[in-house]
Amino acid sequence: MLAVENTVPSQPTSTVTPARLSHLKLLEAESIHILREVASEFAKPVMLYSIGKDSSVMLRLAQKAFFPGPIPFPLLHIDTGFKFREMIQFRDEMAKSIGAELHVWRNEPAIAAGTNPIALDTKRCCGLLKTQALLDGLKHYGFDAAFGGARRDEEKARAKERIYSFRDSAGQWDPKNQRPELWNLYNSRIHPGESIRVFPLSNWTEMDVWQYIHEENIPIVDLYYAKERPMYVRGETLLPTEQDFMAWPGEKPQMVKSRLRSLGCSPCTGAIRSEADTLPKIIAELLSFRSSERANRVIDHDQEGSMEIKKREGYF
Amino acid sequence: MSLFPILEEESVEPVPSFAIEEFLAQEREKDLFRFSTAGSVDDGKSTLIGRLLYDTRSVYDDQVRSIQGKGTVGEGQIDFALLTDGLRAEREQGITIDVAYRYFATSKRKFIIADTPGHEQYTRNMATGASTADAAIVLVDARKGVLIQSRRHAYITSLLGVRHIIVAVNKMDLVDYSEETFRAICDEFRSFLEETDAGSSSRVTLHFLPVSALLGVNVVHRSDETPWYGGPSLLELLESIPSSETNVDAPFRFAVQRVVRPNMNFRGFAGQIASGRVRVGDAITALPSGRSSRVERIVTFDGDLEEAFAPLSVTLTLEDEIDISRGDLLTLNEERAPVARRFQASVVWMDAQPLDAKRRYLLKHTSQTVPVQSVRVWHQIDVGTLEQHPAKTLEMNGIGLIEVETRRPIALDPYSTNRTTGAFVLIDAETNATAGAGMIREIVEKDARTAQGPVTTDERTARWGHTGAVVRLTASATLIDAVERELFDHGAVVVRTSSDNDALNQSLATAGVLALAAIESEAAQLLEIDDEKRALEASATVENILHYLRQAGVLQQGLV
Ligand SMILES: Nc1nc2c(ncn2[C@@H]2O[C@H](COP(=O)(O)OP(=O)(O)O)[C@@H](O)[C@H]2O)c(=O)[nH]1
Ligand SMILES: [Mg+2]
Repeated sequence: MLAVENTVPSQPTSTVTPARLSHLKLLEAESIHILREVASEFAKPVMLYSIGKDSSVMLRLAQKAFFPGPIPFPLLHIDTGFKFREMIQFRDEMAKSIGAELHVWRNEPAIAAGTNPIALDTKRCCGLLKTQALLDGLKHYGFDAAFGGARRDEEKARAKERIYSFRDSAGQWDPKNQRPELWNLYNSRIHPGESIRVFPLSNWTEMDVWQYIHEENIPIVDLYYAKERPMYVRGETLLPTEQDFMAWPGEKPQMVKSRLRSLGCSPCTGAIRSEADTLPKIIAELLSFRSSERANRVIDHDQEGSMEIKKREGYF
Repeated sequence: MSLFPILEEESVEPVPSFAIEEFLAQEREKDLFRFSTAGSVDDGKSTLIGRLLYDTRSVYDDQVRSIQGKGTVGEGQIDFALLTDGLRAEREQGITIDVAYRYFATSKRKFIIADTPGHEQYTRNMATGASTADAAIVLVDARKGVLIQSRRHAYITSLLGVRHIIVAVNKMDLVDYSEETFRAICDEFRSFLEETDAGSSSRVTLHFLPVSALLGVNVVHRSDETPWYGGPSLLELLESIPSSETNVDAPFRFAVQRVVRPNMNFRGFAGQIASGRVRVGDAITALPSGRSSRVERIVTFDGDLEEAFAPLSVTLTLEDEIDISRGDLLTLNEERAPVARRFQASVVWMDAQPLDAKRRYLLKHTSQTVPVQSVRVWHQIDVGTLEQHPAKTLEMNGIGLIEVETRRPIALDPYSTNRTTGAFVLIDAETNATAGAGMIREIVEKDARTAQGPVTTDERTARWGHTGAVVRLTASATLIDAVERELFDHGAVVVRTSSDNDALNQSLATAGVLALAAIESEAAQLLEIDDEKRALEASATVENILHYLRQAGVLQQGLV
């Protein structure tokens, strides 16, 4: 017989038992559990490493999960050719310093054909340089599970993702028919050709990620810190000068104290005006933001539900 | 009273001037609290969450802007369900299909919300959301009272071991904030839950609360609209319920996920502590083998620990070189978990393909996957009336009591005492679908007669020294022959079969025989024991293969 307590109206239960572990430690423990499950149950897992803050946290968690052993899977970077120079440099140094095996995959035919977001629209550009490259890269190496640093708080289609996101043999997501995922029991069974995308940071928020980077002293790309940088200033939008073809005829860059809130391809990632040149200042700034981090990206604004469509097609 | 006002651009605040270090110190003190929503369609679940997020300033302007002027509510209001209904099909149909996870924080806590669907056909997604929740909010529409779906959800919620159920009687604005209506619903709800035996020995605390999700009454702030209600607001309540992450006083349970062996001098067992605590020097026992040793070190990337507790992920090293592998459960000597092959469990069926005793299922429990030897339905529960009906099968979303027999023994606890070691999922071995969610109720003592005849599986295992198993071995003819010879010489009942006759192999394994499905190959070497793959070194020997069979629990101590 079920014991039922309490009457109407209810009173607050006594005070909260003192938390023994902070929320960051709890999130860390959960993520490590996921990383270890995947490494143990899949034949050929890989970590998608995008060089951003989320990837940096995910990589640190992988170091923790298998310590004192090495990370038992390689990293894969999908390079669109439009990543910031600082990112590529950071990527190579990072992989070297922690002794990780790094693969880089590019959609070379599309890059050679001059694919860019001006020549095509952003949707088709992403489709070729990110989604297609990712699917080809995974297939080329025969990876059956791929970690991604996506968080559910980023976007409302992501909020619907399981931790283990099942993909059919074409790499596609069927959001209306996801495997139930109870407790921390993840179903890793797949038929040949199918794969799983795994999101160990599912339950982290942008704030959690920054606090963790601060607490753990995790190295991140310099572009996250505010500094005088040349920008094309177009009203509210600050466009990095990385790619010449982005300039309007005769347009001159201006030096603006600015930083990037999230890292992507330079033509599609707007910078923000900022004085935040330290982690505590970045966290303080985050508290004041009234827009989500994706608002600085051109790509999600194309159409309502564009993230869901991209994910169905095989994007992360 | 303000309806959701649209945020003005001017409301942008400057970078806060308070000391950020103070903020960070306060953040370190916060714990994590998970809750889910439940209730029938249109009772206001998504609206309530939208309200909570909005009033705690947890949604960004661009997210609000993107849903303005859309949805189904009146002019000038925002349909907050659109914030959580993230799939196109959901927005088009105006319903929630799958769980959406949302995050917000107050000065006291970080919250993870699972907003779950109300339709019966998506009950499995509702169960997904509730399985990890510390508390569940069950919404009831004040005008409609306790509907069948409210009961169903309350029942599943308590079945899944959620300790706190918050009954939010919503749309109080539409019943003039009537105390009488509120109390009638509370009484009905309470008497319903009292009848259930869902949690068996578990205790559920019920909280009742009159709210208007749309108008924000008693959601974040207490309201004057309900002077007769003296209790806390929903948010105050959520901030005060103890988080169940604090299961550190339960017996120590640690399922080994992985053996970490970077070099010959280090051999650690990586896992997440499911419950309890462990200290260096503690005497531990590995189950199901029963081998014992002491904890030598508790290793983490950030340095060794003297003591660790749930739910930390750590790596343990032991004083003795005992054989432990993935799937083993480490416990303290004096509080071992029971080891069993046969138990009764409550199950929520989640697959379109009904539960079928003739199909092959795999049972995933902690970090191990074992084949199911037999499964039998005792009864199905009609959640509307709580009556038990004898049944042979369970359809999708059906809830019932089953008896499961696994091919090999596993270390477990009743779900009412441990939400990790008491939980399992059933996976359809053919389609790979996650077919059922199970909560272990009790171990069943050995059945004198099996379905096959008077000889029990345990008797066969005792005589033959091994359990049944399908052993798929891809290797050279010489190695395969040597393995068969060695097993036979030691008294094993081993038969060489073809690897593509799965039905035959499974029947043999069910009867306790070792079905050696051999694939001759000079190139590849692969060993699969009942669906668990193990890559073999090129130099693998008969001894290596027998070792894996021992590790998988197929060969018992007596043999070899
Ligand atoms: N008057 C009134 N309407 C409400 C209240 N809460 C929700 N609604 C409306 O009820 C309908 C269903 O709400 P929704 O949140 O989608 O319900 P769900 O299916 O449980 O997620 C919507 O039209 C809401 O605007 C309330 O407190 N008062
Ligand atoms: Mg809803």
